[in-house]
Amino acid sequence: MRRWLIVLLVALGSFGAGGLHAGEAQPLAEDEVTEKRLVAISTELRCLVCQNESLSGSHAELANDLRREIRTLIKDGRSDAEIMEFMVSRYGDFVRYRPPLKGTTLLLWFGPGVLFVGGLAALVLYLRRRDRAISDTPLTADEQRQADTLLQDTDSRQGLS
Amino acid sequence: MNRFLWPLIGFVVLVALLAVGLNLNPRDVPSPLVGKPAPDFALPQLAAPEQTFSPKDMLGKVWLLNVWASWCVSCRQEHPVLVELAKRQTVPLIGLNYKEVRGDGAIDIDKVAAGAEKPLVIERAAAWLAKHGNPYALSALDIDGRVGIDYGVYGVPETYVIDRAGIIRMKHTGPITPEVYSGKILPLLAELSK
Repeated sequence: MRRWLIVLLVALGSFGAGGLHAGEAQPLAEDEVTEKRLVAISTELRCLVCQNESLSGSHAELANDLRREIRTLIKDGRSDAEIMEFMVSRYGDFVRYRPPLKGTTLLLWFGPGVLFVGGLAALVLYLRRRDRAISDTPLTADEQRQADTLLQDTDSRQGLS
Repeated sequence: MNRFLWPLIGFVVLVALLAVGLNLNPRDVPSPLVGKPAPDFALPQLAAPEQTFSPKDMLGKVWLLNVWASWCVSCRQEHPVLVELAKRQTVPLIGLNYKEVRGDGAIDIDKVAAGAEKPLVIERAAAWLAKHGNPYALSALDIDGRVGIDYGVYGVPETYVIDRAGIIRMKHTGPITPEVYSGKILPLLAELSK
């Protein structure tokens, strides 16, 4: 609880300071290329502590550790794919903001599209059926006469006003 | 009748989905380590810092690895369960003391001298166990949290069930409640110890 309070206070403090006090807790590495790759990789990764934050934006302790770990891996000359594999093998597909396409994620990837197409098809089907139902029943002679009188009635009333 | 039936069915399905979704625990992330060999390490032991502990030492035994720290509030909560578990001596319980000093939000690690961290870790961890009881056969010290990363630790306490071949069979994130212990862990231990 106290730790969260501190995080909150730090966050509020950095707002107040208006950019004087940047959020990044880790000292910037001297190497700019490493830093750019670190940001690129860590924005693709989820911080497991505050699950809706990316690893690059998180102030959580674990996020700091993992950023340091990724920095070390970059300096060891590992490729982006290898670093991603390092993270996934420890924390699972959940750390990736873009989950891989496989059996268990099919619904995740295609579910919304299937729902949309299904909904669209249902709508078209419904509209067509309604259209047919309306045009398929012409008025009987009796109804036609009734309609005519009603129309005439409104016409004459409109003429009065 | 039919006019209201379909919207009603849709509503009921939606409510059912939301009810399930709201009752899921978002912290319960399936670990990719289940079914894989426990990552190897060699870390100093709390009671004998000159000696190291490695998961290899436990080959041939079913055992539990419990990640803890004195600053971890939920660890306090599960501690009585662990003490009870240790009393029954079902399987060995090994502690992994995780970032005892640098994980504590109240301590600024930059102000702790390089050589002073390890003695401080030992002092704090030992004091906590003396106060609340020590259920662990031994505790290994993961001072910088590097081993924690290999085990995919993201919220202490976490508990791993490891079988005779050194394969992780289960991971539980969060405090072990008596329900989790008797409902999930104990049956698995019984099965693995057959």
